[in-house]
Amino acid sequence: MTSISVDAVFCPRCGRPLGPAGIASGEHAVCRRALDLEPPRYCAYCRRRMIVQITPSDWTARCIEHGETTESTWGPA
Amino acid sequence: MTAQPGVDGIRNNRGMTEQVATQPTASPTSATTPTSAADILTVAREQVLERGERLTYDQILAVLRTSDEQLEELLAIAHEVRMRYQGPDVEVEGIISLKTGGCPEDCHFCAQSGQFTSPVRSVWLNIPELVRAAKLTRDTGASEFCIVAAVRGPDAKLMEQMRAAVAAIKGSVDINVAASLGMLDADQVQDLANMGIHRYNHNLEAGRSYFPNVVTTHTWEERWETCQLVKTTGMELCCGGLVGMGESLEQRAELADQLGELEPHEVPLNFLNPRPGTPFGDLPVMPANDALRCIAAFRLALPRTILRYAGGRELTLGDLGTRDGLLGGINAVIVGNYLTTLGRDPKEDLALLDELKMPIKALSDTF
Repeated sequence: MTSISVDAVFCPRCGRPLGPAGIASGEHAVCRRALDLEPPRYCAYCRRRMIVQITPSDWTARCIEHGETTESTWGPA
Repeated sequence: MTAQPGVDGIRNNRGMTEQVATQPTASPTSATTPTSAADILTVAREQVLERGERLTYDQILAVLRTSDEQLEELLAIAHEVRMRYQGPDVEVEGIISLKTGGCPEDCHFCAQSGQFTSPVRSVWLNIPELVRAAKLTRDTGASEFCIVAAVRGPDAKLMEQMRAAVAAIKGSVDINVAASLGMLDADQVQDLANMGIHRYNHNLEAGRSYFPNVVTTHTWEERWETCQLVKTTGMELCCGGLVGMGESLEQRAELADQLGELEPHEVPLNFLNPRPGTPFGDLPVMPANDALRCIAAFRLALPRTILRYAGGRELTLGDLGTRDGLLGGINAVIVGNYLTTLGRDPKEDLALLDELKMPIKALSDTF
């Protein structure tokens, strides 16, 4: 399962606001599972759609405000 | 569709013959007797395994209608066919998106269409990144590296970018370069062949009768014509499609049959991974046993063709199903990530091939 920062405000998959339980909430159960096979698309802090580039071996997701997330910085739970 | 010189009939799923551009050969599948699910396995052994003759439309449909109880035997036959006509080698490929998103077409399964509210943003990959990705792909043992662009067809800018990219990759990485750039005209086909493109991918996506439910911005016939053009140049044709898009079993059989008629060098088999924001975003994931029946059916419809696991296998089949498919007709894989979604760690796939004693096809065996 993929983890995101505890101070994330928005779901990185669907872009909807995260409640107090964060992405662990039941509302985002589908997103949580899907993120095992998808890179994040929305910035977890500002909900901007990120520029995502995927190569066979890795990926990067860049928010113009909050910078770049990579596979290695995203990290498993 | 208006009849044209040099056209031939392709049977649709209702048994009707329609006119599409193709080679002037009659479909060998049009005069067959319906086969029941009960005796299709015997037929498959005698016809495909022993004589090397592909299944007809009705026979493919009978395979797709086999029961779960018959699945193990069906996969075993498909595996025997693969081993006899293709051997134990597995062709490994990496794919990469040169131009992502913003596509004007409306393929209902695709997150890269500019017509849907998909979260995928438009972006181009630069050439140093392409070369780096090609090197990392080659390091897995892969012999094929496919550059993909989300376009209707390539414009002059994209062709120039391809020319530079192919030259840069060929200058530093020992790997076949493939391309997937949408619909082509004859000049573009020749241009790509001259660049040294080894294989060109252009999928039929769906059986002809279901295609209007999947794409409305271009026709199945336009795709067929690009495929025929590619075959005239010496480039290998890679042409497959997706299953699990809401098509009937008849339409699924139709796709396999039409691919058999087309005779591509490779068929990539995708299982729909419903993407958020697309018209097919809420469709259910295909049941694993249906996906395995598809693999066997496509193998028996295409006994001498490379049959590649493409997108959606992780979601549809999981680890166990992936193994079953490799023992049920599949003889090629895409390793690593896809264009907008992620795949398994290449190490896991390579370890599985090693365990199954399926050697990676050497680059020298791909010419």
